[in-house]
Amino acid sequence: MNILLLLIIIPILTIIGILFTRDNKKVRVVSAIGMTFQLITAAIIIIWYLAERHAGNTAEVLFASNWVWYETLNIRFYIGVDGVSVAMIGLTAMVIFAGIFASWDVDDLPREFFTFLILLSSGVFGFFISLDLFTMFLFYEIAVIPMYLLIGIWGTGPRHYSAMKLTLMLMGGSALILLGMLGLYFNSNPDGGPFTFEILKIAKAHIPLNTQLFFFPFLFVGFGVLGALFPFHTWSPDGHASAPTAVSMLHAGVLMKLGGYGCYRVAIFLLPDAAHKLAWIFLILTTISVIYGALGAIWQKDLKYINAYSSVSHCGLVLFAILMFNETAMNGAIMQMISHGIMTALFFALIGMIYGRTHTRYINEMSGLMKVMPFLAVAYVIAGLASLGLPGFSGFVAEMTIFVGAFQHADTFHRVATIIAASSIVATAVYILRVVGMMLYGKINKEEYELITDAKWYDRLSVGTLIFGITAIGLAPLWLSTMITGGIGPVIEKLFLAMN
Amino acid sequence: MFDFSYTIWILLIPFFLFILIGFWGNKFKPAVSGIVGSAGLFTSWILSIFTAYKYFFDVGRVDDVYQQIIGYNTLWLRFTDTLHIDMGVLIDPISVMMLIVVTTVSLMAHIYSTDYLKGEKGFERFYSFLSLFTFAMLGLVVATNIFQMYIFWELVGVSSYLLIGFYYTRDTAVAASKKAFIVTRFADLGFLIGILLLSYYTKTFDFLTLTSPTGPAIGTPPAATFIGLSVLTWAMILIFIGGAGKSAMFPLHIWLPDAMEGPTPVSALIHAATMVVAGVYLVARMFPIYITVPIALQVVAWVGAFSSLFAAIIACTQYDIKRVLAYSTMSQIGYMMCALGVSGMGGHEGLGYMASMFHLFTHAFFKALLFLCAGAIIHAVHSNYLYGMGGLRKYLPITHITFLIACLAISGIPPFAGFFSKDEILVAAYHHDTALFIIEYIVAGVTAFYMFRLYFGIFWGKKQDYHHTPHEAPYSMTIPLIFLALGAAFAGFIPFSHLVTSDRQLFELHTEWIIAIPSIVIAIIGIGVAYVMYLKPTDIPRRVAHSLHGFYTAAYHKFYIDEVYLFITQKIIFNHISKPIAWFDRHIVDGSMNGISYVTNQASDRIRGFQSGQLQQYALVFVSGTVILALVFIYLWT
Repeated sequence: MNILLLLIIIPILTIIGILFTRDNKKVRVVSAIGMTFQLITAAIIIIWYLAERHAGNTAEVLFASNWVWYETLNIRFYIGVDGVSVAMIGLTAMVIFAGIFASWDVDDLPREFFTFLILLSSGVFGFFISLDLFTMFLFYEIAVIPMYLLIGIWGTGPRHYSAMKLTLMLMGGSALILLGMLGLYFNSNPDGGPFTFEILKIAKAHIPLNTQLFFFPFLFVGFGVLGALFPFHTWSPDGHASAPTAVSMLHAGVLMKLGGYGCYRVAIFLLPDAAHKLAWIFLILTTISVIYGALGAIWQKDLKYINAYSSVSHCGLVLFAILMFNETAMNGAIMQMISHGIMTALFFALIGMIYGRTHTRYINEMSGLMKVMPFLAVAYVIAGLASLGLPGFSGFVAEMTIFVGAFQHADTFHRVATIIAASSIVATAVYILRVVGMMLYGKINKEEYELITDAKWYDRLSVGTLIFGITAIGLAPLWLSTMITGGIGPVIEKLFLAMN
Repeated sequence: MFDFSYTIWILLIPFFLFILIGFWGNKFKPAVSGIVGSAGLFTSWILSIFTAYKYFFDVGRVDDVYQQIIGYNTLWLRFTDTLHIDMGVLIDPISVMMLIVVTTVSLMAHIYSTDYLKGEKGFERFYSFLSLFTFAMLGLVVATNIFQMYIFWELVGVSSYLLIGFYYTRDTAVAASKKAFIVTRFADLGFLIGILLLSYYTKTFDFLTLTSPTGPAIGTPPAATFIGLSVLTWAMILIFIGGAGKSAMFPLHIWLPDAMEGPTPVSALIHAATMVVAGVYLVARMFPIYITVPIALQVVAWVGAFSSLFAAIIACTQYDIKRVLAYSTMSQIGYMMCALGVSGMGGHEGLGYMASMFHLFTHAFFKALLFLCAGAIIHAVHSNYLYGMGGLRKYLPITHITFLIACLAISGIPPFAGFFSKDEILVAAYHHDTALFIIEYIVAGVTAFYMFRLYFGIFWGKKQDYHHTPHEAPYSMTIPLIFLALGAAFAGFIPFSHLVTSDRQLFELHTEWIIAIPSIVIAIIGIGVAYVMYLKPTDIPRRVAHSLHGFYTAAYHKFYIDEVYLFITQKIIFNHISKPIAWFDRHIVDGSMNGISYVTNQASDRIRGFQSGQLQQYALVFVSGTVILALVFIYLWT
């Protein structure tokens, strides 16, 4: 059996297990056990992958399996991984693991909550291992739809509005993606013969430039909506603000990465000529995203809004880097996805924990929390420092790779865009230090805060896992970078051919 | 060849101390953190001394040239085939000199703090941050490539941020730490873009390749230009902006005086002796490239000279003793920058380079000493302000003597250390540019004046009624004072021209009395003026201030640079950029999204009317539709 299937089977088994539990308290135990296995599986896949590569296996994808699913339309269930998807699997496993522990004290319909949460994660895993556009789209929808229920039922504030807005905008994106994918399907075999959804086969087909130009915007914008591309990012602040902790973690940490991954794997890889022609438009939009998100965050008062805008900025950098079309920047884009995924999950976990203790998310209503909850406060400072790109954490590695990559373009347009994007590191420092200064430092401003207790063991486990992730990558980035470089090779090669 | 690979431990020891104390410090008594931290750093110090001895007097010099030795190097991250970040240890005269400076001052700060911060909340946190800083600073000075330097550059920045904000319940400390980080971060953006630009054209980060005379930067400089200047000039100016931010050069200096909110040993270590000279070190490290782009070097010289004068004037008007010292630091760093800016390459031509490094070295001793003395004084009288002090010489005899030595050293009175290094800077400036020489000459006098204003104000002057009698600091604080005082007194006799020079070859130095004597004279004049004005309480200072009314007020308010920054950050960025963006996002971007959904809703409301379920209505529509279609068809047919 293909080990990748475990990534889908384990969540399903966990969900079945949840349905059979009698006690609400046991639900979270079952979920935790399931997701621990998931994390272990992901770790094994990464190690096995590295071992295979080390042993000299140069196949484009490893652990591939290809089953016919619906013969008539040549739809296949085709899975396999390269360096990029392996990295994304590791990210997802880590975030869902931390997410389960971060929602340890959900006591409102926990059975349904954990079911949807794990269902969502299985969609994400499926998405990352798919090599067939149809399967990919299927898993994409599995990942997006539970989000509506999770926010609509367990959310806070104007949750129905937010859930509806988020789902509709993402569904709008899906519609574009579907059109784009069908466009690819019907052009997948210009020399006659059956059409195919297989990514690797479509990549070999020569799609005429005009067709490419027509479908590229559908795919890039469609995935871009999920990746918070300006001006389609507004679902993000509202959605995050209303979503429960673990959902925010998963959403910003992983789901937004489906957008970046889709742009990379589908839009750029399969339509390289159009990508070259149209890059400048999207480069402008992503540059705006980067600086606009960062500047927008400076003024916000709600922790979740700050982080949502920060995500717009950081995810903008992912798409920005993808559009640089060179190995270094592309590598940086993938690393930024991993880095931002862990980092933002950490942020949302901490925000949830802080909110659970102070019952407010407004930074001007909190002060001096360092004194009463040192663990959470220090973790928040660490997350903040990682977010502003401090060396020793993953954000620095990713951002520097992106900037060095982007600087390989010597023309004025790219230079200006890069310098504008790079200046976001200053704006980031401003809003991060503002939050830390207002919320954590200073004197305690309300008496009831004196009674706050620090993190519980499950909080510590959740936060600790994520901090481990960002520091491990930040201190020793070479293995990750090398692994990713192996994966992006074919995409770069294709782009290079398209350029000439 | 002697194996220098052990030198990596000089910086790894503080790193492990940081982890150790950071994670487990609170499990033990606070004193344990202090002792473990100091003992660990002592090991690093011994290793540094040994390295310096071995390098300078044994294996370092081959054929009369000090070699640049890569003690340790490992690949950390690969960007492209040619661009990769390594982590390593570069052993050459300036890095070895800096190892000595950093470990010595850090060790003194460690020992001093065991009593200075005794009983403070977060004692072990302090030691873990101090170790982090020491690690980062050592990593910076031994960097083998510019990106490694940038990495540690950011790390010293963050440890400075954490230490300035050590008293995190104090609002001023929090604001100061934030300001320090953001201002230097802004400068670092320049540094980063400079690195990117430089590395794009030279295809390397490596210092040895970059500074090699046949390398891609010097041997075959890139031909591209931008607005009339070569890209190399731009890159070097941008890199200098990074250095200027860290070294508090005008106009990026505003964070340094506020940084005095941190504990005093931190001010001594970070904001006087080590981190703030990182900018000077950076320019020195890249000096072979700077010498090929004279415009950039000119910028360095003038920014340095202007900052030194600017800060010296402000220092005369401040009353917080730590702030006076902060401006004095800025002024002295301006000296070092200026010295680099007027330097040439090789032999006696490179006098400025040698003098700059020399001054960096001696300054580390006497300025750290001044800060630690200030700490002892503040410890004794519980005030930072000059008007709360006076007549302390009887109560604090050791502090008094050591402070006096430091003042004499910084004023350039022979035979104290500052005289030798400052004199060389003046000589170098004199041979290069008369205008720069005159500025620095004036600054020398002003420096002597404000230092002795401080000295007389603290130790002589009016005797105050202290709440409780001030008493001398304990041994753990006075021993570092005495140790540094020895350095401040005798470091001038170190033959720097035989050790640290621009081309790493020794040259013979002659004291040019034609410069030295006037420089002593102006220092004595400065001291004399301070003597007249401050030895006894008089109303001369008030009258002088009055006669310079507008100028004095401007200097007292630090020439309103803080207000300019506040205007830019608060008014422009916060209120006129960020707030409108937030509004735009909510109302325009999101508004149009909501608008689309509103239109859809409205449209569906209208359309919904058709599905009313009323048979009569359906029949009516059906019949009228049929009739209309029939008419259309008939019309088309005929």
